[in-house]
Amino acid sequence: MSLLSLLRVRLSQGQQAIADVRTAVPAGFRGRPSLADAACPDDCHACIAACPTPVAAISKAPLAIDLGRCVFCAECATACPEAKITFGESPHMAATSRDGLTLTAGRPHGDAEARAQVHASQAFHKLFGRSLKLRQVSAGGCNACELELGAAANVNFDVSRFGIDWVASPRHADALVLSGTLTRTMRDAVRLCWDAMPEPRFVIAVGACAISGGLHEGSRGVDRGFLDDVAPALYVPGCPPHPLTFVNAILDFLGVP
Amino acid sequence: MSTAAEPPASSAGDAALSHPLHREDVRALQRLDPGAWRTQLMARVRAGARPLTVYGRRDGDRVLLTAVLLGEGGFSLLRTSVHPAGGYHELTSEIPALHCFERELHEQLGVRVAGHPWLRPIRYQGKDQAAMNSYPFYRVEGKEVHEVNVGPIHAGVIEPGVFRFACFGEHVLHLEIHLGFQHRGVEERLLRKDPRALAPLVETIAGDTSAAHAWAYAAALEALTAPAGGAREASGGAQEASGGTQEASDGAAARARARAIALELERVAMHLAGLSGLAADVGFVPGASTYGRLRTTAINTTMNLCGSRFSRGAIRPFAQPQRGGLALAKLVQKNLTLLRTDLAIIHECFLSSRTVRHRLAGVGVVSADTARQLGLVGMAARASGVALDARSPGRGAFAAPPLDVCVEPAGDCLARARLRIAELSASLRWLELACAEGLAEPAAPEPARPLLPEQLAIAVVEGWRGEVIHCVETDEQGRVIHYKVQDPSLRNWMGLAMAVRGNEISDFPICNKSFDLSYCGNDL
Repeated sequence: MSLLSLLRVRLSQGQQAIADVRTAVPAGFRGRPSLADAACPDDCHACIAACPTPVAAISKAPLAIDLGRCVFCAECATACPEAKITFGESPHMAATSRDGLTLTAGRPHGDAEARAQVHASQAFHKLFGRSLKLRQVSAGGCNACELELGAAANVNFDVSRFGIDWVASPRHADALVLSGTLTRTMRDAVRLCWDAMPEPRFVIAVGACAISGGLHEGSRGVDRGFLDDVAPALYVPGCPPHPLTFVNAILDFLGVP
Repeated sequence: MSTAAEPPASSAGDAALSHPLHREDVRALQRLDPGAWRTQLMARVRAGARPLTVYGRRDGDRVLLTAVLLGEGGFSLLRTSVHPAGGYHELTSEIPALHCFERELHEQLGVRVAGHPWLRPIRYQGKDQAAMNSYPFYRVEGKEVHEVNVGPIHAGVIEPGVFRFACFGEHVLHLEIHLGFQHRGVEERLLRKDPRALAPLVETIAGDTSAAHAWAYAAALEALTAPAGGAREASGGAQEASGGTQEASDGAAARARARAIALELERVAMHLAGLSGLAADVGFVPGASTYGRLRTTAINTTMNLCGSRFSRGAIRPFAQPQRGGLALAKLVQKNLTLLRTDLAIIHECFLSSRTVRHRLAGVGVVSADTARQLGLVGMAARASGVALDARSPGRGAFAAPPLDVCVEPAGDCLARARLRIAELSASLRWLELACAEGLAEPAAPEPARPLLPEQLAIAVVEGWRGEVIHCVETDEQGRVIHYKVQDPSLRNWMGLAMAVRGNEISDFPICNKSFDLSYCGNDL
């Protein structure tokens, strides 16, 4: 291998980093949905019937989508006879409270309002605004969330430019990034990892599985006891979430412009 | 076991099938007595048929066992019924490739498998954490022998699992892989919903293999609704699925083409992810970053087609949901060209780098004989010189343009890397030609038809790791009574354990990465 061919690789690579992750829109992405502001007929339950999650992510009166359960299959949008559900490309949909993940009809759904569901923490801004170390644990994840989280650190999304890094040891971590539905067989390991993390620390729940149990909610292999004890400080919806959803959620949470 | 490329599932009738697909009328399927079942299973394997799967389900106080084999004459099925307490005498000593199936029968259904040499848990299904913590690791005794435990949580952003090494110094005497940390209960969950609405769940069985699992699911379901009239008799009273006549229609051909495009894009993306990880593990930074960013191009192409970087929503039974049209076809073509040109440069750098060759060559060797004996499938088998590929060359979506089956003989980490490079090129070539003919517009689902009663559909799809198998059986009312899922990882984890034997423990990460197996696909 010559130095020349290495240079060719570098040249062909060019500048790969997304210049502004705050405004980038992933083309073709099935992202944040929006709901039309008109009453549904009482006897129509097409969207709820089409929803694949054990507890439907969509509900009626008023029409609402729980992004913490939604797997973004858009089966509801296909099923709706009045085409009231549309999935847009925006990756902004995280929240700092579980309630903040509920989208309703009639509410404006712009990015600014969506981002306002993430309440910036002054304390965390001061502590972690320029350096945040993350320990990822998958407990029943299907490797899609895990790959997207890994991708957040690749040359395209490049989260390390914000001082955000994945670390191997929980001792070095500020936040525990959980993916997966939380399996019974990972219960002890998740607890051990959390106990090994120094204060101050917080949990980020990534993907429908971690937030609500997702498609596996109520399955026999699932034990979500850990999240009953430790509420996530940040919820990042998706199945899997786009790296831009994840990166923007963290930046909004840390109050990084 | 066959050494050559897998013979096509069956002849003439289903030349339009891209993958082996079979439907069996279970009313005509003889229930052998356990002794005869055992003897016939052994005889068929000795005659060259390859066991695809052996699985069971509760049937009153008995357990119904089904063995599925694929050989020269196509599919053959063997069924028996055993009392769990009585069970049967193991076959693993004679046919090691059956080890995981017999272990699963024991764990899932409590079937006594008398004399099994390695009756380790597969995934701790239905057991509690306490049992999980008392996994019966194989112990190597000796003064200087020590154990190293890795996991369940690993250093990187990956899935959990335990690796327990018995070492003499740096030298690995034995690696035991203890999984089950990802067990969610997928198979049980698959029976709880309308069988036509399972796609989103199926896509998360192994979330990096969504397209392959979704295609197997769709193919099985479509075979179960195919009109029985078109089916043709095959040997042993088995009926070949008439999916062939279905796919033959224009709409179905376009659907198969779209599915194959999703499948091959998934293969390209995951091979790039694997090569990026392997390059990072051996410290070859240009490879890590270049393969990594090219994966972004591949998965963004998938996102353009179906809205998800992980093929979610790309495949639905009885439908063609992917976006199409001229503008999109042009964009996909552009991305494929970029992938091909940039990969040519980085492949050359990667393969000629001394670091890469020094670290990968001769490490983690699995011989062709071991691969065959253990029943390794897919990429792991092909990198050991065993030409198993469920994609039927010259058939269905892979007919025109044809798709090459790649094989590497050496069986080491370098062979697995070279195989992925070769498969990248083959898949990209196929994709470029396939997309040159344009992309099919979405087609709405066909009206739902009831599932045929008492039928068993078996669909095999070659995912990027290897063959994904879905077996779906209906009862007298046409309701699904059993849904058996098999990810290639179930069979290939033992390949990793064998590859590491006799190697330095420090080479484990690259061995592991070179196999790139699924934890959740095994744990279900």
